[in-house]
Amino acid sequence: MLPISVDEGLTLTTLIDILVQGILLGGLYALFAAGLSLIFGVMRLVNLAHGDLIVLAAYLILVATNALGVGVVGGLAAAIPAMFAVGYLLQRLLFNRVLGKDILPPLLTSFGLSIFLQNGMLTGFSADSRRLPAGGVETLSVPIVGGLAIGVLPLLTFLAAVCVIVSMNQIFYRTALGRGFRAVSDDPVTAQLMGIDNRQMFAIAMGIAMVVCAIAAFFLGLRANFDPTIGPARLIFAFEAVIIGGLGSLWGTLAGGVILGVAQTAGAAVDPEWQLLVGHLAFLFVLVLKPRGLFPRSAD
Amino acid sequence: MALLETRGLTAFYGDFQALFGIDLSVEAGETIAIIGSNGAGKSTFLRTLTGLAPTRPEHIHFDGKPIGGLSAPAIVSQGIAMVPEGRRLFPSLTVEENLLIGAWSQKRAGHWTLGKIYQLFPNLAERRRSPSTVLSGGQQQMAAIGRALMSNPRLLLCDEISLGLAPIVIRDIYAALPLIRQVGTSLIVVEQDIAQALAVADRVYCFQEGRMTLAGKPSELTREMIHAAYFGG
Repeated sequence: MLPISVDEGLTLTTLIDILVQGILLGGLYALFAAGLSLIFGVMRLVNLAHGDLIVLAAYLILVATNALGVGVVGGLAAAIPAMFAVGYLLQRLLFNRVLGKDILPPLLTSFGLSIFLQNGMLTGFSADSRRLPAGGVETLSVPIVGGLAIGVLPLLTFLAAVCVIVSMNQIFYRTALGRGFRAVSDDPVTAQLMGIDNRQMFAIAMGIAMVVCAIAAFFLGLRANFDPTIGPARLIFAFEAVIIGGLGSLWGTLAGGVILGVAQTAGAAVDPEWQLLVGHLAFLFVLVLKPRGLFPRSAD
Repeated sequence: MALLETRGLTAFYGDFQALFGIDLSVEAGETIAIIGSNGAGKSTFLRTLTGLAPTRPEHIHFDGKPIGGLSAPAIVSQGIAMVPEGRRLFPSLTVEENLLIGAWSQKRAGHWTLGKIYQLFPNLAERRRSPSTVLSGGQQQMAAIGRALMSNPRLLLCDEISLGLAPIVIRDIYAALPLIRQVGTSLIVVEQDIAQALAVADRVYCFQEGRMTLAGKPSELTREMIHAAYFGG
């Protein structure tokens, strides 16, 4: 048995480490979740294909990076407008046809899209797991106090998540487009009487959500392997982050991602097999305590 | 030529026919009132005008063009704006954002700007940064009228703007209508309050069970004629 003092030192360092790594991991989950949150907020659509669209974006970045030879950041720059177009057209050609009073048809449509995307990617890109070429960034770290170090990539991921959430909040609360999103979300019929074309607003919202998916895919593909089947698991993390944070609140989504990230990191520190389980338990725990999430939008 | 003209306008909810051949016209600058009891078809009539309920193109002519069955946003950009029954302000928008939403599809510059709306309803200027949900009923109605005006419509539709408001508040709101008319805007006022309708309108139409039962100038209509047209028999 270890002396108590050493044991305590270990525990404290470990705790801080878990907290920091968990918070940074939460940035990635917030990126997964932000687009989902936007879509649900604007059009009450639960998009079960969200995770698969993130994976699709990762493949797009990979293909663009290899084809253009401009590096992985150039690949992301090419994938962002492409994903906006994917989202816009998906909404115009598919989801706008099934959205209505009943929540079930769009839900089933997105489920079908999820299966279609997984099998399409399996055919197009094979089942081999791939990774975006990070050029060594994934192993860099900055030392902080007490022998702890923060990975540069997780740090960049978290900063990107904060930037995405700040930008989306600015769009939502400071622009005419955002006013339109909120009006359509509040009362679609009256919004039409004001001259707002709901279907166009939905398509733009889906396009923006897909841009966020591309950013999420960029960091996902840099830090870990991906293959056509990992979408649904990303969807679960995104859902949990959104629900923990409270529907309709983007900062809540970031908080939800952080809580999920810390819980998973803590679980993994005890036993790697516990990572996902503890994450789900934290989600259920929040649901029991606050069924509407931590920061629900009061208007709903 | 009339600004708005409906010719044999019909409307259906599934198999149920709600309007049976309505012929109605509004001249430029004119205010008309539509009265009738609950279920007479007044609201359905406005729904077809605003594009929320389907109809055939030739049923509605606006400025000489057939507009029946256009989408609601397309009709707003033609110059018809609606103050919906129950105000229907957007709860997650501030008072000023609600007004700005009204100008969403504005292509032509016009008389009505934020400043002009605040002159018309000074109460709103003080609450411009507040959520629309904190306004009193009367202020909400003013915001709803202001929101519709922000599109600088040629024809303004007012659906039951006195509903649920205290008489003194109703008086304030109706006092704004002449100022709106001064700009040259035509109005259709749908009212259950007959006295209010007669006081404000150049001409009055009465609906009963989806049919028009009376039309004329307020000075030409007797209480008995209105009673018969309103209740039937």
